Amino acid sequence: MPKRFVTIWFRYLKTDWFTLRRPTLASVPFVLASADHGRMVVTAANLLAQQKGVDIGMVIADARAIIPSLQVLDDKPELSNQLLKALAEWFIRFTPIVALDPPSGLILDVSGCTHLWGGEKQYLADIIARLKRSGYTARAAMADTIGASWAIARYGTDTLIIENGQQTIALLSLPPAALRLESEIVERLEKLGLRQLSQFIPMPRSALRRRFGEPLLKRLDQALGQEEEPLVPVQVPLPFQERLPCLEPIVTATGIEIALERLLDALCQRLKQEGKGIRTALLKCYRVDRKIEQVAIGTNRASNNTRHIFKLFEFKLPGIEPALGIELFILEAPKVEDVKAAQETLWENTGGLNDIGLAELLDRVAGKIGDNHIHRYLPDEHYWPERSCKPATDLQEKPASAWKTDRPRPLQLLTKPEPIEVTAPIPDYPPMLFRYKAKLHKIMKADGPERIEQEWWLQEGQHRDYYCVEDEEGHRYWLFRSGHYDATKSYQWFIHGFFA
Amino acid sequence: MTAPKSAIIAQLQKDILPLQGFKKNRNSTILDLNLGPVKNAFPNAQFPIGAVHEFCYTGAEDAAATSGFVSGVLASLMRTGGVSIWISADRMIFPPALQSFGIAPDKIIFIDLQKESDIEWAMEEALKCNGLAAVVGEMPELSFTASRRLQLAVEQSQVTGFILRRNPRSLSTTACVTRWKITSIPTILADDMPGVGFPCWKVELLKVRNGKPGTWQIEFAAGKFRHLPPAIILDVQEPQKKTG
Repeated sequence: MPKRFVTIWFRYLKTDWFTLRRPTLASVPFVLASADHGRMVVTAANLLAQQKGVDIGMVIADARAIIPSLQVLDDKPELSNQLLKALAEWFIRFTPIVALDPPSGLILDVSGCTHLWGGEKQYLADIIARLKRSGYTARAAMADTIGASWAIARYGTDTLIIENGQQTIALLSLPPAALRLESEIVERLEKLGLRQLSQFIPMPRSALRRRFGEPLLKRLDQALGQEEEPLVPVQVPLPFQERLPCLEPIVTATGIEIALERLLDALCQRLKQEGKGIRTALLKCYRVDRKIEQVAIGTNRASNNTRHIFKLFEFKLPGIEPALGIELFILEAPKVEDVKAAQETLWENTGGLNDIGLAELLDRVAGKIGDNHIHRYLPDEHYWPERSCKPATDLQEKPASAWKTDRPRPLQLLTKPEPIEVTAPIPDYPPMLFRYKAKLHKIMKADGPERIEQEWWLQEGQHRDYYCVEDEEGHRYWLFRSGHYDATKSYQWFIHGFFA
Repeated sequence: MTAPKSAIIAQLQKDILPLQGFKKNRNSTILDLNLGPVKNAFPNAQFPIGAVHEFCYTGAEDAAATSGFVSGVLASLMRTGGVSIWISADRMIFPPALQSFGIAPDKIIFIDLQKESDIEWAMEEALKCNGLAAVVGEMPELSFTASRRLQLAVEQSQVTGFILRRNPRSLSTTACVTRWKITSIPTILADDMPGVGFPCWKVELLKVRNGKPGTWQIEFAAGKFRHLPPAIILDVQEPQKKTG
């Protein structure tokens, strides 16, 4: 398939922007100026000013002599790049590959896009009409090469669409400046009387190289399609991406859901064919007012189950603000992983931690409520109760050591030990009585002590002497004394857990 | 040839059950909990799995006793390598202790939620997931409608649900198959040995659909439930010697 390119030239990019900000400027000639070698020099002029003869590069004093009522505004140096970047992102609605062409242009690779608009003519007309509606004067041309479309957009006189393979003929009547050359080379060409491309295209290449250097030949080849020209897109197209342009802007939740469903169907179909599954997905909604709304989801294990991914998105959809409408939906899967094709099971089985149903359930919980609410624990090699288990990082992680069962541990543990009042015989007998939450417990049976030392390399503090006790009602508690009975140091009794 | 009377009666009881609206479990696996005479309380003398059980208790001590009993049942359900989900608002379960009840603590996924509505939602979603062995949910309040939803979910998925209700405000009718109350009782040690024995509970089955409620004393020793005949309990009612 032949490549097709569109080059857009914003002739009054900066002044158009100023006019948009201050509509009163639309009817007066004005220029933007910046200091250069101690003088103010015009860097951009609007249509009215240019018609009266004020042009870029002129000194402000000269311009004022031509138009005494000329308005002069300060130029912003980074403005044109910022504007172009924003416009380029918006142009992704026309084609996925958009590149910047500073200082005042954009390059679009439109191969295979135009039929969606019903033809090349309608495609270009839509671009121009939309830009005009949003206040930008632009010229756009379409050709097989970037060089040719660039030349036609700026210097072309009649048609703006160059048919397939016709770029050489179209370029013949254009001036050498149309080739994107350095100004020195253009001047030299003019000096030699070469005012049209037709005059030097037939010349021998060695002669041209000798007089004007390699750049001229390179530009010439690029314009004529004899040399490939690399394009740096603003957004690198992702391999797993689906687009859905809408004829009418979408404003309803149902509309968004239908769009998402269609995109997911297409994307999951592709993923299935390639044996991949989504780990993260991103839904971008391009709004009519050129803002982009986006929601993202993540999964615990790669999935290409349309219904499941849709459910995950469902929780996030209310967060999308359609405003005046969404005209383009893009679904991306930035992170995909291989999916092991699951064999269809004839009987129901519990797949343990690798169960797909479980992973999907946890995705839903994480999507609705948050990832930090789900915990799984693995043993950690510490005796200190609070450190004896650690959270697992994912579902597949296996315990590195065995769970300890040699010492009794309470089924319910207080997150923070609570102080209690105790009557206990010294030195290390279990307590006889203790008071917890204003209730007196008489201890009938007890086990212990079990001394657990602080791990000094992790935390400073006193050791704990744990006792497992049972009161007269049959309730079982885990109590400990922090530290030795020592008059100089403080010791305190705590309750830390409840046995079953 | 006449069959013994007891066999005829057992057969008749089995015939009556479907008339009372008892639906036979599609799941053919029979769970042997070693509960002794307790199993006679259940229809067909089988602990109902693929159903929702309700446990009521007050206080932290009974919370521990109840979660102990539930852990014991859970261990049998998870024996085939299944995974369980434990949903709670302020979780106190200490995972390493589950190992002594025969559960691999890393096979339990804890979901900690704050809002009651979230817990209810997560509980229902989890019960619908047929890859799980069981789901435990700590939710104090359970309306009849909510319990119906949970019951419908488990009828589809055949997952067993346990609802732990701490200090419930009202104990109205629910669609759960059973309602239990577990309280701790003093442990029993042979020959006046010092120390604390195996976990011991008074298990009250307050309600059971198509079955007979009752009260028993159960001990959990060496990874198994053990029914304590009333005689043993009488023996140890006298005051214990102080240890130490």
